[in-house]
Amino acid sequence: LPSAPADAALKILVIDKDPIRRAILDAGLREAGFSNIILQGETAGLLNQIYRIDPDVVLIDLENPSRDVLEQMFQVSRVVRRPIAMFVDQSDRETTQAAVEAGVSAYIVDGLKKERVKGILELCISRFNAVARLQDELDRAKTALEERKTIDRAKGILMQAKDLTEEQAYALLRKTAMNEKRKIAEVAQAVITASELLK
Amino acid sequence: MTGRRTGGTTGAVRLTVGYIPLADAAALIVAADRGFAAGEGLALELVREVSWSNVRDKLNIGLFDAAHLLAPLAIASSLGVGHVRVPLAVPFNLALNGNAITVSPTLWNALADTADGDLASPAVSARALARVTAQRRARGQPPLTFGMTFPFSHHNYQLRFWMAAGGVVPDDDVQLVVLPPPYMAESLGNGHVDGFCVGAPWNSTAVDLGIGRILHFGAEIMARAAEKGLAVRRDWAAEHPDTVTRLVRALESAARFVADPANHEEVAALVAAPARLAVEPGLIRRTLDGRLRLASDGGTRASDRYLVIGRLGASRPEPVQAAWAYAQMVRWGQVDLSPELLAAATDVFRPDLYEAAVGTAERLPAGEPADNVGAFAGPAFDPADIAGHLAGSTQR
Repeated sequence: LPSAPADAALKILVIDKDPIRRAILDAGLREAGFSNIILQGETAGLLNQIYRIDPDVVLIDLENPSRDVLEQMFQVSRVVRRPIAMFVDQSDRETTQAAVEAGVSAYIVDGLKKERVKGILELCISRFNAVARLQDELDRAKTALEERKTIDRAKGILMQAKDLTEEQAYALLRKTAMNEKRKIAEVAQAVITASELLK
Repeated sequence: MTGRRTGGTTGAVRLTVGYIPLADAAALIVAADRGFAAGEGLALELVREVSWSNVRDKLNIGLFDAAHLLAPLAIASSLGVGHVRVPLAVPFNLALNGNAITVSPTLWNALADTADGDLASPAVSARALARVTAQRRARGQPPLTFGMTFPFSHHNYQLRFWMAAGGVVPDDDVQLVVLPPPYMAESLGNGHVDGFCVGAPWNSTAVDLGIGRILHFGAEIMARAAEKGLAVRRDWAAEHPDTVTRLVRALESAARFVADPANHEEVAALVAAPARLAVEPGLIRRTLDGRLRLASDGGTRASDRYLVIGRLGASRPEPVQAAWAYAQMVRWGQVDLSPELLAAATDVFRPDLYEAAVGTAERLPAGEPADNVGAFAGPAFDPADIAGHLAGSTQR
């Protein structure tokens, strides 16, 4: 082997179906000084892609069933030019656990010192966790929006059916929810369902 | 996350158990969803996974207390082959068999054209495959490609055993690629592979789509293959003997329930449910009944050995089965042959834990193959002489 390449030259293959997370990882890795990054969303013919790209490091999300395809590379060494070994081992139990919990897995070419790529994995873990938090916030915002739409529709139905003002309709929904120990959105949904049935 | 007791009045021990959505997880699903686990004071949270690598890693680092695992993978993990070494224990065998080899209609026709007998015989089909691969080589065509689910799996070993018996050298004459089960049918349809070996219900999926023909049930290659085990970490098993006992008892009751044909309708509904396999229940029913359509325009084949859960002594983990899997790993160059590794492999299967929970079990029911494997070719299996056994198997 020639002398070890500078870390910036490490060829990093990111396999992730989620385009947002892919972009965030890419940005994070570039910020950290890595410039040789290949992003892949498609996993059709994954092994052939990897032979062609010949990466030093492969990062793959754990939601990807094709992770099992990578495992074959450790077995059939004569098919691959450069056997790839799991980055994490017993000595990195904490990093391993953090990676699996965050939902990412890393593989490196055999012979590459793991200290050199530890930083890459740590960066991935933090970005994966950040994306998960973001996703969570987005989901909550979406739910809140859906609930507001439901409540607005139920208010409209009540205003028309009972000749109420908007404030009175909302007060009725809120009072019913409190009495029944349910969420206002649930009562609103019940109003919508009932009105559909009575049409 | 181990042996937690839930708050409240139930006092059940909560266990997180990983699984892959396959029909051979039936005993586990039935234990969780039909009260058998609750009856033993266990609350099982089943977590569906997308890859065997994930199941292995999450079991290894303790995110899972137990897992539905490829039996050969439990051995590989315990030996530290291909990955981090984490000793596992299998106190319960979830299923024998359940795989099938499916090929494209094109390959099926090519095999039929060169067959020297009935293709239903694996000896005949393997010889036909040898002729087809030789023809392709002579014509300068690329080698046939076969899909399987994991390097350490009976899918891999059954394909290789079958091919080698006909004179095919798997590592030279064909290409074997790992494919996630949900991608098998699609890969056969678009010509990425010419055939595959996978568990239920994915062979039937390819048949129903009209893009594959089932050539053999795995049980035709070997009569008794320990396919999936309930795996736990060995140190965890030592620290939680009572929990292991309860888990084995719950699985034993569930497996017996699965075994009764009178329950197949109900079991199919539980296994096929949206939160579990999320498939059409009829697909699971056919699997449990062992009655599979072979081709969209062809007949059916029935075998009560297709998938064996909770009967024929299937639930007791048999060390000789672990030795057989280890012998396959040796045969195909995944691991060295040594008395120490053999002992470590057989130690993974734990009939002692099984019998501590459910009592002494019949070792091998009458009429079953004496070597507990029943391969269609080669000498009877002798775990005391793996080198001799492998030398006697067709191998080039």
